[in-house]
Amino acid sequence: MTPNLVYIVVIGVLFAAGVSMVLERSLTRVLMGMILLGNGVNLLILLGGEAGTPPIVGLGPDEEMADPLPQIMILTAIVITLGMTAFLLALAYRSWAMSGHDEVQDDVEDRRIMQLAERDQGSGTDDTDHTDAPPPADAPPPTDAPPPADREAAR
Amino acid sequence: MTFLVPLPVVMPLLGAALTLMMARKPRAQRTVSLTVLTATLVVSCLLLWLSTTEGSQVVAVGGWAAPLGIVLIADQLAALMLVVSAAVTLCVLVYSIGQGMADGHEETPLSVYHPTYLVLTAGVTNAFLAGDLFNLYVGFEILLVASYVLLTIGGTENRIRAGSTYVVVSLLSSVIFLTAIGLIYAATGTLNLAQLVERLDALPDGLRLILQGMLLLAFGIKAAVFPLSSWLPDSYPTAPAPVTAVFAGLLTKVGVYAIIRTETLLFPGGRAAAVLLITGLLTMVIGILGAVAQSDIKRLLSFTLISHIGYLLFGVGLTTQLGLSSAIFYVVHHITIQTTLFLAAGLIEKRGGSTALDKLGGLAKLSPVLAVLFLVPALNLAGIPPFSGFIGKLGLVQAGVADGGVLAWLLVIGGILTSLLTLYAVARVWNLAFWRTPHKSMPSGRLPALMVAPTLALVALGAGLTFAAGPLFDVGDQAASTLLERSGYVEAVFGGGTR
Repeated sequence: MTPNLVYIVVIGVLFAAGVSMVLERSLTRVLMGMILLGNGVNLLILLGGEAGTPPIVGLGPDEEMADPLPQIMILTAIVITLGMTAFLLALAYRSWAMSGHDEVQDDVEDRRIMQLAERDQGSGTDDTDHTDAPPPADAPPPTDAPPPADREAAR
Repeated sequence: MTFLVPLPVVMPLLGAALTLMMARKPRAQRTVSLTVLTATLVVSCLLLWLSTTEGSQVVAVGGWAAPLGIVLIADQLAALMLVVSAAVTLCVLVYSIGQGMADGHEETPLSVYHPTYLVLTAGVTNAFLAGDLFNLYVGFEILLVASYVLLTIGGTENRIRAGSTYVVVSLLSSVIFLTAIGLIYAATGTLNLAQLVERLDALPDGLRLILQGMLLLAFGIKAAVFPLSSWLPDSYPTAPAPVTAVFAGLLTKVGVYAIIRTETLLFPGGRAAAVLLITGLLTMVIGILGAVAQSDIKRLLSFTLISHIGYLLFGVGLTTQLGLSSAIFYVVHHITIQTTLFLAAGLIEKRGGSTALDKLGGLAKLSPVLAVLFLVPALNLAGIPPFSGFIGKLGLVQAGVADGGVLAWLLVIGGILTSLLTLYAVARVWNLAFWRTPHKSMPSGRLPALMVAPTLALVALGAGLTFAAGPLFDVGDQAASTLLERSGYVEAVFGGGTR
């Protein structure tokens, strides 16, 4: 289809708005950004096919038919986006219920290891054998760092 | 025999529906899942045999011939990946059943687990069999959505925190992939891979480079290639052990598979070769340096997972037949070994009560079986000679030396360095968790047989790859030559049709 300026501008705006929303910390905003991005992509796919009469045999001459494939792909993409929206909403709600906010957080363990590195300590107790020394002596100092949170409690 | 081709996708999906209906009957759920995955494994083996003896198996879904309809194609590469993934998913399923029984299903809502697990399998197989870019996208989405559910299963605070990062990053990669699909369709008017082979060649160079770059970016996120990999060690370790194991084994490799497929079939000539080689080098070295710094076994293994993706990129980036066939061998090796190691980490958690290195100790004495189950795949991962890891790395090094370029030599050096550092990382785990005297008494108890048996099976499979290395390399070699020729793929799709 001949490029249509309105379409292209709309797609650009949707992508730009979507990207800036995705950069937010709050999962709800990220979700909205994803929806905007999804719509932008859908329009982009639509732009890729011929426009014309409804693609049903008998409604018009064959040559003037619209390309049905992008529409089908968009339908699929919409369904997937719908499912993802529902899942992300549930995730955001659960996050809010568990921790009082819905922010996408940093890697906790990563920060802990970085703190250890800044204090110039190894991440494990590599050189220690607990037969040689009593544990409190050379075990890492009672960590003021948060306990590694991404570890499930022993079952 | 082409009716076999859709079965690896259809059977798990039907199984998922069945198990969902049986939500209140765990025993029936287990039977269905086990049956379905065993059948998938059998069908995959048959497909591998057929694709080796008779050539690529093609089926046009719904009877619509190639350019119009959706094609599923099982060439040797796809069939090989199917076999490995089916074997791995089956073992992990048995393991998770063992764990569920041992834990008394307190934490995980098992009624959701089985259907989701089967959907994940269907997504993986669909991605392998897809002969159409959009179908590949759908396969990715199926496996990703299932993985979101599995990763956040139980909905604990940790998993929600890690899950949100994972979901956002994956969604972003999907958006990029879909955008690339939209642009490719606009430029060529088709998404059928075989048809794209001709039509993409006719496009201007600049446009092709943009499309190639977008696809690489999307798959790079999924495959956890270095600058795009930091989501992985954050999210994977929080999930239950079997879930982490199957993710580590399969999900990133689906991304690698997509890279191999598109780079060889759609964009041959190695225009992105330098990019692949450089990112491969960075992935290897930086990944393994991350592993060395970790103090938790699961996180350490996640970093080795990232690091060894670099080897695969190395093989693909060389764009020679030897490089590709080594990469294919390495994928098979790595799927098996990485899954085994995560299962072993689950067993360590079960026996020692934790996977934190500073809390473990003396496991070798407490549980010699566990020690063997960890040590063998760990040495295999590092590439100690009799094991398959050595053979794969040797193949890659040979391919790199044969290439002879500066970058290739750099990668050879980087690969050997990474191998040594991997040995250091796993030896650290061995020293700390298995050898030194524990500073507190370890909980007593036996490992459930149903968790040990599948791990043992995978350890044996990983070690057995050494014995099968010759035939496997032959299959990889044939697959690589078909990939590089391209015409075979096109002929299979258009000539074969609905045989």
